[in-house]
Amino acid sequence: MKDDAPILEVRNLVKHFQVRGGFFGGRAGLVRAVEGVSFEIRRGETLGLVGESGCGKTTTGRCILQLERPTSGQIIFDGRDLTTLDEDALRPIRRKMQVIFQDPYSSLNPRMTVGQIIAEPLAVHGIVTDRGRRATRVREILSHVGLLAQHAHRYPHQLSGGQRQRVGIARALAVEPSLIICDEPVSALDVSIQAQIINLLEDLQAQFGLTYLFVAHDLSVVRHISDRVAVMYLGKIVEITDRKSLYDSPLHPYTKALLSAVPIPDPALEAQRERVVLGGEVPSPLNPPTGCVFHPRCPIAIDRCRVEVPDLREIHPAHRAACLLA
Amino acid sequence: MGTLLEVKNLKTHFVTRSGVVRAVDDVSWDVGESETVALVGESGCGKSVSALSIMRLVAGPAGRIVGGEVLFKGRDLLKLSDEEMRHVRGREIGMIFQEPMTSLNPVLSIGRQLTEGLEIHLGLSPTEARRRAAELLGMVGIPDPERRLSQYPHQFSGGMRQRMMIAMALACKPSLILADEPTTALDVTIQAQILELMKDLSRRFGVAMLIITHNLGVVARYADRVNVMYAGKIIERGTAREIYANPRHPYTLGLLRSVPRLDEPRRARLDPIEGQPPDLTRLPNGCAFTPRCAFSVDRCRAEIPPLRAVNGAGHVSACWEAERLGREATAVGS
Repeated sequence: MKDDAPILEVRNLVKHFQVRGGFFGGRAGLVRAVEGVSFEIRRGETLGLVGESGCGKTTTGRCILQLERPTSGQIIFDGRDLTTLDEDALRPIRRKMQVIFQDPYSSLNPRMTVGQIIAEPLAVHGIVTDRGRRATRVREILSHVGLLAQHAHRYPHQLSGGQRQRVGIARALAVEPSLIICDEPVSALDVSIQAQIINLLEDLQAQFGLTYLFVAHDLSVVRHISDRVAVMYLGKIVEITDRKSLYDSPLHPYTKALLSAVPIPDPALEAQRERVVLGGEVPSPLNPPTGCVFHPRCPIAIDRCRVEVPDLREIHPAHRAACLLA
Repeated sequence: MGTLLEVKNLKTHFVTRSGVVRAVDDVSWDVGESETVALVGESGCGKSVSALSIMRLVAGPAGRIVGGEVLFKGRDLLKLSDEEMRHVRGREIGMIFQEPMTSLNPVLSIGRQLTEGLEIHLGLSPTEARRRAAELLGMVGIPDPERRLSQYPHQFSGGMRQRMMIAMALACKPSLILADEPTTALDVTIQAQILELMKDLSRRFGVAMLIITHNLGVVARYADRVNVMYAGKIIERGTAREIYANPRHPYTLGLLRSVPRLDEPRRARLDPIEGQPPDLTRLPNGCAFTPRCAFSVDRCRAEIPPLRAVNGAGHVSACWEAERLGREATAVGS
């Protein structure tokens, strides 16, 4: 299913937000949410994008979808730079890029039945114009995501969390997209249901040749589902490579710390495990540190890290890391 | 090691439009002195309501404790007057909640919120209380505590706020702390910091802890004993090592198998628990897990299995097929 032409290319993406500081909105500040991010996703693959809250992973996804207009940089999807297109030109492309949100409780309209929720994009994009045929198509899509025809008549509040997330997936699937951005699609679900949804996403990818950008903070889940993984910290990608290299031989000290912070459900193993507990907290993107943004928390930082901004350079073939010491 | 808290046949029910929800349904468990015990389960299993019941904070009139005893140092907390109960909360039992921002008062300074308990429960003077508050903030690793005392919760980061909650919980030197999902709202690297801090402090002061969580990974490292809850009942209990190495309830086994693990080779496919979480107003006859269970037999649909000893050392499971499950789970080599 995978071929080498990238379906999506993100080049030097920058997104800044203006904020007003002070009690009366006096001093203006600049949140550097995304600060020069570049990566590509090949057709049919899953790229995992991991990082902690505020690292810019969700903003990156929103910029790709053109829900936020980037401050600078290019988003090249299927060969066209989306940042140069206006709303009219974007509309047919939006059909090809869909999103699944974290919280199926707040991303589904509570006043619409499941059937209406799934039928709406079919009508809006003029995919199935006949009402009767639309109902048939809705039933078909419901069966793809493991729901029954009778679920079409239910409202979101009558469903469990896992079923609601299936509806969110069905809605994304309805318009036959080629790229789906999954923004923390399982983190609001119970553990026993998470695995169901992940299996479903994998089945749908195989069945429809979908490409996924999988945005998440859970490194175990990302390892399971991704072909390649990018790690973000404070608006930048600090490491990007294939799944195996990232988990077996991580290069960036932040990636190493993240991996060692993941708890393992086995007390015997946990007891012997070495832990890198990072000191301090993620600095504010309003006022990022100089040099390498990770240096204030880095266990191996040297003087140069305080002044020099490390490039995301290729350390091994197809394994890039932004660390002077990698 | 003596028993500090003993919950006996606790029943907490909620009256809803679609019927009575038995959120906690005849549940018994205990916590020893300076022991760390976990209540694990998914949303709606009754773990948080259990903690609220102990503190008598269940929201009425819909919610009510309808039976059982909560023996804390031998006294039944359910029989205390409201006045007596106020001396237990915060003074003898501390609490840490999941979302510190919603449990802290946004318009009171950190110092005010920390000194309140010290003045009321321990009768310290305002000056003494402030000195002690600064000491507590320092102890939980907040730098520059003197200056921090005059700040407000919104000026603290998520991790700092949780440290502040821990300081508040410890303020009056309680013998037990109830921690309800203490790290769920935090980032992974901060979670590790907070859990290490809690473990360190509970050891240093010999405080017992009840950790309520849905995350089996968290429990593995920090709990001595684990209670697994499903649909208002405890379905398995044992030492952490026993529960993980030798689960004897299909639900526990399912939970352990459904999560991808970093320490194991990547599996081609995850092994979920099929079906949906139970609707507590419409529980099936017999064992509530039957509709999702791969091991169920006819008896499961008719009779609710009691907790039975399975492996010595206090390991109990509420499953008619616990022995078969033990043999088959080992055979698969889990």
